[in-house]
Amino acid sequence: MRLAIISGKGGTGKTTVAVNLALYLHREGEEVCLADCDVEEPNAHFFLDAAWSRENRQTVAVPEIDNAKCLGESCLQCVNECRFNSLIWMAERVMVFPELCHACGLCSFLCPVQAVDETTRDIGLVRRGKGLGVDICSGLLRIGEAMASPLIRRVLKSTPGQGIVIADAPPGTSCPVMETLRDVDYVILVGEPTPFGLHDFKIAVELVRKLGLALGTVINRDQMGDDQLEKYIRHERLPLLARLPYSRQAAAACSRAEPLLEAMPEFKEIYRNMWENLQKEMQAGGK
Amino acid sequence: MIIAVSSQGKSLKDPIDLRFGRAAHFILYDTASDEYRALDNDNNLNAAQGAGIQAAQAVSRGKAEAVITGHCGPKAFSALQAGGIAVYLCKENTVEEAIQAYKKGRLEQAEEADRSAHW
Repeated sequence: MRLAIISGKGGTGKTTVAVNLALYLHREGEEVCLADCDVEEPNAHFFLDAAWSRENRQTVAVPEIDNAKCLGESCLQCVNECRFNSLIWMAERVMVFPELCHACGLCSFLCPVQAVDETTRDIGLVRRGKGLGVDICSGLLRIGEAMASPLIRRVLKSTPGQGIVIADAPPGTSCPVMETLRDVDYVILVGEPTPFGLHDFKIAVELVRKLGLALGTVINRDQMGDDQLEKYIRHERLPLLARLPYSRQAAAACSRAEPLLEAMPEFKEIYRNMWENLQKEMQAGGK
Repeated sequence: MIIAVSSQGKSLKDPIDLRFGRAAHFILYDTASDEYRALDNDNNLNAAQGAGIQAAQAVSRGKAEAVITGHCGPKAFSALQAGGIAVYLCKENTVEEAIQAYKKGRLEQAEEADRSAHW
């Protein structure tokens, strides 16, 4: 089973929910792997005090033009068809801007004279390890690299094909989040009861619906702001899997990178209910 | 010599567009004949990425040897530089004023991008 935890607004509690749910399931004897897909600022490993057993450098293909073979201005198929605007015709040759390239390979595929060779660009690391008994996969984007999605794909690829995989998504609702949602069976959307939280929550609901994925919600910092988030959840008939209390003690534990299940044993019951509700929803085939 | 001026409209009276890659139009002005034509930049205006270098390609195809604009980022700058196209940054209001300033030698040629890369 593959789950993804998303939030819309950053700082809502994705990692808190992902880490504690993974830890809860591990302690219940489930085979679980946490995949930290927030490759621009991965932090789930801090909460598990994880040690890495493997680190693999990742690269993507980037085109390199062989000017001796290139047909030049009479062709320009690579320049004209690139979906990412990463090639131009300038000063009588094809100029490549690797930082814009998404490594789709179209230019190489289209070139009638095989003038597009491929070189590589370093995009960062995929790391695997263990913390508090939980398996964790994590990505670390190379500083200066602008595109997170290819690395997120590698992180998810490195997760086991069986058991429960919990993907902790990056914030927002753009490409990196959509990449994290590829092939998941269920999405947990964590919301915060504030106007800003609700605004981004709604966008995230739209995204998940557009992708046709099953969705459940969690209210974090319950009672912190107003009741608009809960009203919206009811109005949209979204399953509410759990409420996590607004607690200074919980915030302090998070700031020390301690899992709430360790710092506050009363959270175990909340995660147990969350998991039971999620399973019921999945059995009912709810969207 | 042809100069490409990033413009919000299609005439010399229109205000300069301070953006290069995402300018609404380019005015291709021939300093020899004082004639000009407008080049639509719609495609690049709405591009998800790569607008700067595509705009550089467009003005290069328009035979421009110099660009007058408000700001220029590093990728667009390197593309223009590769094409031997000089970049002049200006604060003038209209295309006409910018061309006058250029003709009087009041615009200084940029030696590097004045904006950092963005996505």
